[in-house]
Amino acid sequence: MIQSRQLSYSYPGQTPLRFPDLQAPQGALILLSGPSGCGKSSWLAMVAALMPPGSGTLCVAGEELTQLRGATCDAWRARTIGFLPQKLHLSAALRVQENLAMAQWAAGQPEDTARILVTLEQLGVADLAKRYPRQLSGGQAQRVALARAVLLQPKVILADEPTASLDDAAAGASVKLLLDTASASGATLVIATHDSRIASLISRSTRASDCISLQLA
Amino acid sequence: MKTIALSWRYLWSHPLSATLNVLLLSLGLASITFLLLVSAQLSAAFEKDLAGIDAVVGAKGSPMQLILCGVFQIDTPTGNIPLKAVADLRKHPLVQSVIPISLGDNLRGFRIVGTSTDYLRHYHATLADGREWDAPMQVVLGSAVARKLGLQIGMTFAGSHGLGGGGHVHGDSLYTVVGILSPGGTVLDRLILTDTASVWKVHEDYTAVNAEDRQALEATREVTLALVQYRTPLAAMSFPRYINTSTAMQAAAPALEISRLLSMLGIGVDVLRAFAFVLLLSAGLGVFIALWNAVRERRADIAVFRMLGAPPSRIVALLLGEALWLGIVSSVLGVLAAQGLTLLIAKMLQLDNSLLIAGPAWPPELLWIPLLSCGVAVGAAALPSLGAYRVSVLELLQSR
Repeated sequence: MIQSRQLSYSYPGQTPLRFPDLQAPQGALILLSGPSGCGKSSWLAMVAALMPPGSGTLCVAGEELTQLRGATCDAWRARTIGFLPQKLHLSAALRVQENLAMAQWAAGQPEDTARILVTLEQLGVADLAKRYPRQLSGGQAQRVALARAVLLQPKVILADEPTASLDDAAAGASVKLLLDTASASGATLVIATHDSRIASLISRSTRASDCISLQLA
Repeated sequence: MKTIALSWRYLWSHPLSATLNVLLLSLGLASITFLLLVSAQLSAAFEKDLAGIDAVVGAKGSPMQLILCGVFQIDTPTGNIPLKAVADLRKHPLVQSVIPISLGDNLRGFRIVGTSTDYLRHYHATLADGREWDAPMQVVLGSAVARKLGLQIGMTFAGSHGLGGGGHVHGDSLYTVVGILSPGGTVLDRLILTDTASVWKVHEDYTAVNAEDRQALEATREVTLALVQYRTPLAAMSFPRYINTSTAMQAAAPALEISRLLSMLGIGVDVLRAFAFVLLLSAGLGVFIALWNAVRERRADIAVFRMLGAPPSRIVALLLGEALWLGIVSSVLGVLAAQGLTLLIAKMLQLDNSLLIAGPAWPPELLWIPLLSCGVAVGAAALPSLGAYRVSVLELLQSR
């Protein structure tokens, strides 16, 4: 669930960014789009509690984010947000399995290997657990990064430009994987993109009806 | 995954730079440890040998030479003093006890010392085997001598003239081993001890041409020097002056001469110590640069950890953990290298014969080394850690 009203953010010396109101129930699919510089990153950062909302209200997964501060933000983010960065950012020093274990370490949870293997299995990459990121193909690496994002069963998955630099077939597979994974766990899925292919891919999918488009200007 | 295990993994994710940093830091620590070990061993050895000797009386000459010769048995004597003078010393009201020392011969570099059994008492020496001498030409071996020369009770040998190897062998006068001392960590460990009369006997046998000549020699018997213990500490004021002005001998105070010696050595040690600290400082800078680069290279990783919900404190713990590992590994290697170097130098300079520096030692000051090491590493990590604290998460995740 993500709700926002009158949300805005202003960087010093710049015109404030204003965001459209949003009312998305738990499990919704949100397509965040707009030209570069429109505030996609700021919106993602606020939803992930990386920076406090400038003004207005923002409520994510039942938590009023204007109230959260410091270490509580980090703990809340660990529980609630799964993030799939565009560049994936798997740690080159660690094996796939250890990369996932990092999510548990970051959240301050004990390492749970069984849980890691189950998650890798769900994304079809369990046999890659012992590999290093440099030994993975692009598609495999994205699956691993998605596994890391959903490992702690977040209520919200944020995917940043998941199809950038992918060809059409790979982009289709990537979007399908995201939709399926989010549906399976009941998580709210936010896809931030300026790739027009994603909108058409979604409109042809079963989720076409419940997709909320958040267009930033 | 535990933070400690993780920082270990990260440390070795760049094996070359990690190895170089460990080497650099170990080198700095090894030099400091080496200095520490040598000075600790030297002062411990000096202290043990000096204990309870208030003055050394011998022929006129360098007082330091007299001390080095008489107490530590490392320098040559300044000359001899008449036996009668030693007897007079005993009668002096300020003197509690006198131990005569006669030098002149050696066995393969180990000094044969003519003395009284008081010398054994003075250092609380105990016998590992056999008994003390009760007649001339019987010897008791220090533990190091017995070990190195492989001599046992009942064996006989002839001494050679002089204090180093290679002098004339007194082939007609054979010494018999009657006892072997237990190791005491004192000067006795490297001496061959016998009765004062043995030394006279060997040389009179060697030089006397007939009975008359022998009698003449006996009348002028001498010892090399005497170790003196005062009856009262006040004697330190008047006794040396009395000896130096009204006799043909000199009295030297070991405490004074040794502090003079140590202050002379001290300048050298200070210079070396300064070098070691410069080395350590450059090692610290090396660690700083390595961690700084590690943070820069790993900014994206750090941003991901923050995105995954790690509070900044956990990230800083990761970096400090890495620095601590570096410090621990380096201090272990540094201390081992220093112990090895000490051993090597002791062997090369044959100092282990003199027991001034012997084998690995673990003085309590050594505990400073890991503290110093971790201090340097953590100090070097402080600024990069601050950088990790400030990393701007989303910007990094989106940067190309």
